[in-house]
Amino acid sequence: MALLSVDELSVTFTAKGRKDSTAVDGVSFDVDQGQVVGLVGESGCGKSVTSLALMGLLPDKGVRVGGRALFEGEDLLTMSPRKRRDLRGSQLAMIFQDPLSSLNPVVPIGVQVTEILRRHRGMKGEAARKEAAHLLDRVGIPDPDRRLKEYPHQLSGGMRQRALIAMAVACAPRMLIADEPTTALDVTIQAQILELLKELVDQEGTALLMITHDLGVVAGLCDQVNVLYAGRAVESAGRRELFAHPTHPYAHGLLGSIPRLDAPRGEPLSPIRGSINDRISWADGCAFAPRCDHYTMECLTGTPELTEPRAAGHQVRCVNPVLPKPQAEVSA
Amino acid sequence: MTKKADKIDRLAELMQSSEATTGASLWREAMRRLRRSKMAIIGAVVIAVFVVLAVVGPWVAPHAPTAQTWRGEVFANQGKFVGMRGENWFGLDHLGRDMFSRMLVGARQTLLVGVVSMLIGLLVGALVGVLSGAAATLGGRAGQRVDTVIMRVTDIMLSLPSLLLAVSIAAVMGQSLTTVMIAVGVVQIPIFARLLRGSMLAQGGSDYVLAAKALGIRNKRIVLTQILPNSISPVIVQATLSLATAIIEAAALSYLGLGNPDPAIPEWGVMLSQAQRFFDNEPMMAVYPAVGIIITALGFTLLGEAMREALDPKLRG
Repeated sequence: MALLSVDELSVTFTAKGRKDSTAVDGVSFDVDQGQVVGLVGESGCGKSVTSLALMGLLPDKGVRVGGRALFEGEDLLTMSPRKRRDLRGSQLAMIFQDPLSSLNPVVPIGVQVTEILRRHRGMKGEAARKEAAHLLDRVGIPDPDRRLKEYPHQLSGGMRQRALIAMAVACAPRMLIADEPTTALDVTIQAQILELLKELVDQEGTALLMITHDLGVVAGLCDQVNVLYAGRAVESAGRRELFAHPTHPYAHGLLGSIPRLDAPRGEPLSPIRGSINDRISWADGCAFAPRCDHYTMECLTGTPELTEPRAAGHQVRCVNPVLPKPQAEVSA
Repeated sequence: MTKKADKIDRLAELMQSSEATTGASLWREAMRRLRRSKMAIIGAVVIAVFVVLAVVGPWVAPHAPTAQTWRGEVFANQGKFVGMRGENWFGLDHLGRDMFSRMLVGARQTLLVGVVSMLIGLLVGALVGVLSGAAATLGGRAGQRVDTVIMRVTDIMLSLPSLLLAVSIAAVMGQSLTTVMIAVGVVQIPIFARLLRGSMLAQGGSDYVLAAKALGIRNKRIVLTQILPNSISPVIVQATLSLATAIIEAAALSYLGLGNPDPAIPEWGVMLSQAQRFFDNEPMMAVYPAVGIIITALGFTLLGEAMREALDPKLRG
């Protein structure tokens, strides 16, 4: 059985006098030990809300969470808040998008790292300080003893993210959720941070749920990829399979929209037209239909189901998937 | 756009770190900005002089504050007063007492009233504010209800004119210096409570609080180590500013006759109140305590405003 097994997770925001808005609409995926699973999609597709729901960090007012998320056989969504709090940081940890705002500006790094050691590992004083220095060293921060005394604004962006990763892995969690960990960083630093995460997964067997909109990150890191659109998984496949044969028109369009260095000069980029619209629900058809080049009237009759039109384990939610045209393409 | 600003900030950081300021906290940063501000320096000098006078005043005063050494020279009912002269720098009051000595001794009372009433307001207000802020940010639905109740009570207190509230308290408790301190302090409570709660609420929704929650840190620790250190600076500014208001309000209460009745312990507000009867003949009798009150209040206000600027999160590096 998988370490984390998310089954039909749904998150609905409710507000008085307004229509409910469903941010996550029945997302299912599994994460195994030592596996990197990607959640990919554009802004507003429900990636971050999924991670917050799993961590139990959504506000308890105005939010309805449904489905199941079994972590080591226990449902994260119905667990008592106290038990979930004990789990957070020790078994299940999260890395956030913006390293500067995720660190407390008026507290030295050292205090922030030892806080977790104190909370989950009962360490204090010199022992905690030593372990904190060791952790910083491990995530590749040079001169950790000096850095422990410094404040977040004195660290560079990459170092801040490393410090946050150090805090997240302080208790050797079974599972890490990384919510766009490289978005706020320079490209060179991005590569280093991804390398670090990969190393952690390889060495510790930590499961990693990678939330990103960056297909480059997915290509470099993820074993299994889930493409989300408007709160639902539209395509789910292994990394190689997805990049070789994107089958849902959305995933196909995403990969097609990546600018290529080897494209002829002057060739226009090929974006997906339109933008995501959270008022279009999956209830009466495919939410991607208004932006899709392949849509037919069939697309607007009921929710499309996940099928496997191309290969086993490659799930696609589409009635008109992008399949290789027989013969024509081969001869061309 | 922000990327560019980040880069400039990083460069500025590098420049600073070469000046051996590594490990400098934000507080130290604020202190550095304070030292550069003229307002802060003027305020600090005024306060320092005032505090020194308040501490050593009674010992260096040339005469006892109650000694009617020059009774034969002053006839208040005939409008005969003695003004400034070598022996009595500030002249004599209506009972033939040395005004300069009385001012010096009175400074201590004024400082005492200011500090104690500020502390009452700060301690009680901060406690209420922390409770309310913590309940609102981390207490869930029940906490929000607690917060609402506390805030409505402070709203009621705030809606009463502060002097009226202070006068009512003083009227109930009788005429004494303690009464004045409590009355002025109570008036400050809702201000501090509201300020700290608002500041905590603003921090409660921040990313690092979410990050701390994601690490499983307990609510109590989140309040103490994450939220409070970030929300305390406006309270410190308010504490400095409220010293000024406390001194003025205390003087006002004394002026209204609710202050310390003991003539052996002069207080600037009481002196002002006594001087008004003789304002036609000897206006200087009122000028000294009034100017004293104004200058000290100004000193605290200047320092407070300068601190507000130095601690402004928008200016933080």
